[in-house]
Amino acid sequence: MKRKAFETALPYTLPICVGFLFLGMSYGFLMRSMGFSVWYPILMSFFIYAGSMEFVTANLLMSAYNPLYAFVLTLLVNARHMFYGISMLDKYKNTGWKKFYLIYGMCDESFTINCTVTPPKDVDKGWFMFFVTLLNQIYWVGGATLGALLGSVLTFDTTGIEFVMTALFVVMFINQWEESSNHRPALIGLISSFICLILLGADNFMLPAMALIILIFTLDRKNLDKQEVTTL
Amino acid sequence: MTTMSFPHQVITIGVVVLGTMLTRFLPFILFPENKTPPAYITYLGNVLPYATMGLLVIFCLKDAVTRSFAFPELLAILFIVIIHKWKHSTFLSIGLGTVFYMVLVQNITF
Repeated sequence: MKRKAFETALPYTLPICVGFLFLGMSYGFLMRSMGFSVWYPILMSFFIYAGSMEFVTANLLMSAYNPLYAFVLTLLVNARHMFYGISMLDKYKNTGWKKFYLIYGMCDESFTINCTVTPPKDVDKGWFMFFVTLLNQIYWVGGATLGALLGSVLTFDTTGIEFVMTALFVVMFINQWEESSNHRPALIGLISSFICLILLGADNFMLPAMALIILIFTLDRKNLDKQEVTTL
Repeated sequence: MTTMSFPHQVITIGVVVLGTMLTRFLPFILFPENKTPPAYITYLGNVLPYATMGLLVIFCLKDAVTRSFAFPELLAILFIVIIHKWKHSTFLSIGLGTVFYMVLVQNITF
């Protein structure tokens, strides 16, 4: 049962393996170049396990000590996890002890796969999601460790490789689009985010975009409820 | 190297871990399995996954829109949509799309 779930999960995580190894390595390398010991990127990538926040924390450690500011900043940067949680309340049900790890290891990429991919009937859903989450974390911590140990060992031009993550989200967006007959929720997400980005800029658009999405969904509830949104 | 003392570093990393975990666990703490969540939350749980994927796409493009209006990104996304509509292979679309983008940004000045 576990083996089959692992074999089903592995191919879905391969694009993330490419992206996480490169991003993780650049994080590990950055931490070393800032003067931190090897253990910092390894332990931080393992325990925080939220990519952008780890880069932010590197900067926090270089500035004045202010834990309250660090805490509030973390909540703001990672607020989208709450979106994922509400979306996964139903999917993570009845997964036993694995549920704790599924929640702890829920990053953008694990969420994307676990939310959009329905494994075949003979594959246990809980174990499938568990392996997706575990493999992704191994890639990330592995990348950070390699970067910390090897540094700038890469000699070929990898410019643009980070686009693999964008490609993943775009493909999953198309898959969801084709799976559902009601495109309203997808369009609401895309357009609200885009408008907030244009109006507020790259650093300040996330929270307003999330608030706007929730607001529109709340106001639009009667319309959407009537059109029977297909449950994922 | 940082001027922060070691205990202060540990506390800073600790609150970052705590904050991250709070954002991940909060919905599951508020709406435990043995209780039926309010209809409004179930409704959000049904529609949010679609909107979140759109949010993530825009999130990826956030730094690109400010320079040359994300021309290579938009070109690569168009390429991915075409490949995906044609072959319907998730891995082919992601792989070719990424290689296409890398060739674009490494060889052409936008």
